[in-house]
Amino acid sequence: MVEKKSKRFEVLNNRPVHKDGFIGEWVDVGLYAMGSPNDPTPSIKIENGKIAEMDGKKRQDFDMIEQFIANYAIDIAMAPQAMAKSEIELAKMLVDPNVSRDEVTRVFQGLTPAKISRVMDCLNIVEIMMGISKMRSRKTPANQAHITSAKDHPVQLAADAAEGALRGFVELETTVGVNRYAPLNALSLLIGSQAGRPGVLTQCALEEAFELQIGMRGLTSYAETVSVYGTESVFIDGDDTPWSKAFLASAYASRGLKMRFTSGTGAEVQMGAAEGKSMLYLEARCVMITKGAGVQGLQNGSISCIGVPGAVPSGLRAVAAENLITVTLDMEVASGNDQTFSHSDLRRTARTIPQLFPGTDLIFSGYSGVPNYDNMFAGSNWDIEDMDDYLAIQRDFKVDGGCRPVSEEDVVAVRNKAARALQAVYDSLGFPPITDAEIEAATYSHGSQDLPDRNVTEDLRAAERLLSEGINGIDIVKILAQRGFRDIAEAIVMMMRQRVSGDYLQTSAWIDRDGTVYSAVNDPNDYQGPGTGYRISEERWQEIKEIPWAIRPEDV
Amino acid sequence: MQVNEELIKKVIAEVLQEVLGEQAKMPSPSATQLLPRGGKMTLVEVGVAKRGTDPKEVAVAVPPGFGTAFTETIIGVPHSEVLRQVFAGIEEEGLKPRLVRVYHTADVGFIAHQAAKLSGSGIGIGILSRGTTVIHQRDLNPLNNLELFPQAPLLDPEVYRAIGRNAAKYAKGERPTPVPTRNDPMARPRYQGIAALLHNKEASYLDRSKPPMELEVRFE
Repeated sequence: MVEKKSKRFEVLNNRPVHKDGFIGEWVDVGLYAMGSPNDPTPSIKIENGKIAEMDGKKRQDFDMIEQFIANYAIDIAMAPQAMAKSEIELAKMLVDPNVSRDEVTRVFQGLTPAKISRVMDCLNIVEIMMGISKMRSRKTPANQAHITSAKDHPVQLAADAAEGALRGFVELETTVGVNRYAPLNALSLLIGSQAGRPGVLTQCALEEAFELQIGMRGLTSYAETVSVYGTESVFIDGDDTPWSKAFLASAYASRGLKMRFTSGTGAEVQMGAAEGKSMLYLEARCVMITKGAGVQGLQNGSISCIGVPGAVPSGLRAVAAENLITVTLDMEVASGNDQTFSHSDLRRTARTIPQLFPGTDLIFSGYSGVPNYDNMFAGSNWDIEDMDDYLAIQRDFKVDGGCRPVSEEDVVAVRNKAARALQAVYDSLGFPPITDAEIEAATYSHGSQDLPDRNVTEDLRAAERLLSEGINGIDIVKILAQRGFRDIAEAIVMMMRQRVSGDYLQTSAWIDRDGTVYSAVNDPNDYQGPGTGYRISEERWQEIKEIPWAIRPEDV
Repeated sequence: MQVNEELIKKVIAEVLQEVLGEQAKMPSPSATQLLPRGGKMTLVEVGVAKRGTDPKEVAVAVPPGFGTAFTETIIGVPHSEVLRQVFAGIEEEGLKPRLVRVYHTADVGFIAHQAAKLSGSGIGIGILSRGTTVIHQRDLNPLNNLELFPQAPLLDPEVYRAIGRNAAKYAKGERPTPVPTRNDPMARPRYQGIAALLHNKEASYLDRSKPPMELEVRFE
């Protein structure tokens, strides 16, 4: 006899959400989002000006992460009174508009990782969002985009970088399909970004030593893929310690380059080394390592492990909570939303709301400025094909997601300009020529499928030359100025001058088209309830409202 | 060098006979608490694995859960089929597969590197129970590799055969074109959580103090 099946369940089972992986909690290995019974009980004991015990462990038993946090991340003067407060009392401070952001950050810097993660577990998702809105470091929210190409096509990358800059992203991040293309990708982003909007920051996410080198050459202006982890064994697996990461951070700072660390819930359990602790507790340790290293900001929100918290109960609440911990410790947060996470459009929209509605320093890290098939970070939660939905949501809720409506003519114009500027630079350097046909294709393309293939071997030879001949930002400036792209040349000079002034090393910095740096120093979040903090200006609201496809009553 | 297929077949047949013969003489499988199950393949532990001397040998290493607690990969390819294909790939190139079980780590890079260190040719393959695979070479750093196949959901029998073939080619000193890597951006939403679950299960069967053991495999 055939078992009778419900048609209703058949329909439900065929919905995209059923392609996602969902799993039950497994507390013993740390497949558990937040508030695990295995998490340590918060405690602190200070003797002779040093932390003698933290979260139930004596100093002599500390692992290297605990030692680093106890020595560098916790404000010992504040710790006794901060730790004496109940978790509920501390949680209320995060949402109470009468307690200033300054006071909250001062108190929370006296807390241990176990205490902070317990405070987070007192908050529901709306309260976490309220906290992010109040505690975000910079007042004005902003956004970052991924600009990559499945073909590592230099002209496409330059054109897409220009379009991303025009659309309002303040940072652009690239990486590679083929490793050895990296120097050329960095060059395309530099030229494209400054053709789209002077002041946009660019990075090329790759092996750490290469990133630093290319940054010192002036071909990129920031870095963020310096990873830290919440358990010792995972750290050691990567041949690293908190000290080595702090050293790398100072190498960037000393060269006038912006940088942030990266971490996220789920990384440790993914590697089978969570030591039975909850994902959020381990992430609190990562945030505090970052704080202790003196780094201005952190990219978190699970990042490339989003499938892990995304699969367990309360996982996405934990992801929002890790963003909140970062800003509460007075750092910049680049808040994730940057990896494919669900087959369900409903789930992937919901996943972004806790960062988009309160606003963060960088809501995405980043939003795919190219179609996901070209996304070499293995796909982002939103891509360029979702852009009009995104603009509509900004308009529906009067919320600033850091993007702006653009006209087709403007996009075509900046894409073309970036492509031509790159053509001139390739020509002057004797790199494989960029043809007019490639420029035409890149100007009007959607993704790499619309572009002709390049001679990869020849391009890679040029990439090697770029490195071996020591070609730097100033060389590019000279060529652009000589070849009729004086405005792009001036923009790149402006970006290089930022290295010397160093203003954009301040927390949460981005650079406007005239070189003005906006950061938590001169644009601090001063939220104290309705009518305070970030309010969309009349000018910005006009911009958000003007989606080109809305019907204008006067035209009907 | 012209490879005489007849000869290889004969050698394989002889080796198999030897192996099966010895097995019959042996007492029950040595002290492993995890009993092989799932049919179509029998894995028998025959003592501590030693470094091979035959340059024609490619070692394949698997963790304790492979073919015991687990019987198939994350997408349901039976472990017997995985080994059958990898072995066939190696044999197609005229080389000899050898199987060991690594107890001390569930890191596929280290498992593969262990295989390479034991392998007479210096080339090894590591395969996790969920299917993740690495081709390794003895002289490389453990976290480096010759070829890495990180997305287990995209590894089907055909890919495993190609992996076996390429490993054998490296062992012969050739420079094969890497097995084409596949990419599926939606593999993460579907499998990442499950992969974390499986990895922690895999790790729970480890015995950090136990040395790698030689395995005899019989396909049924």
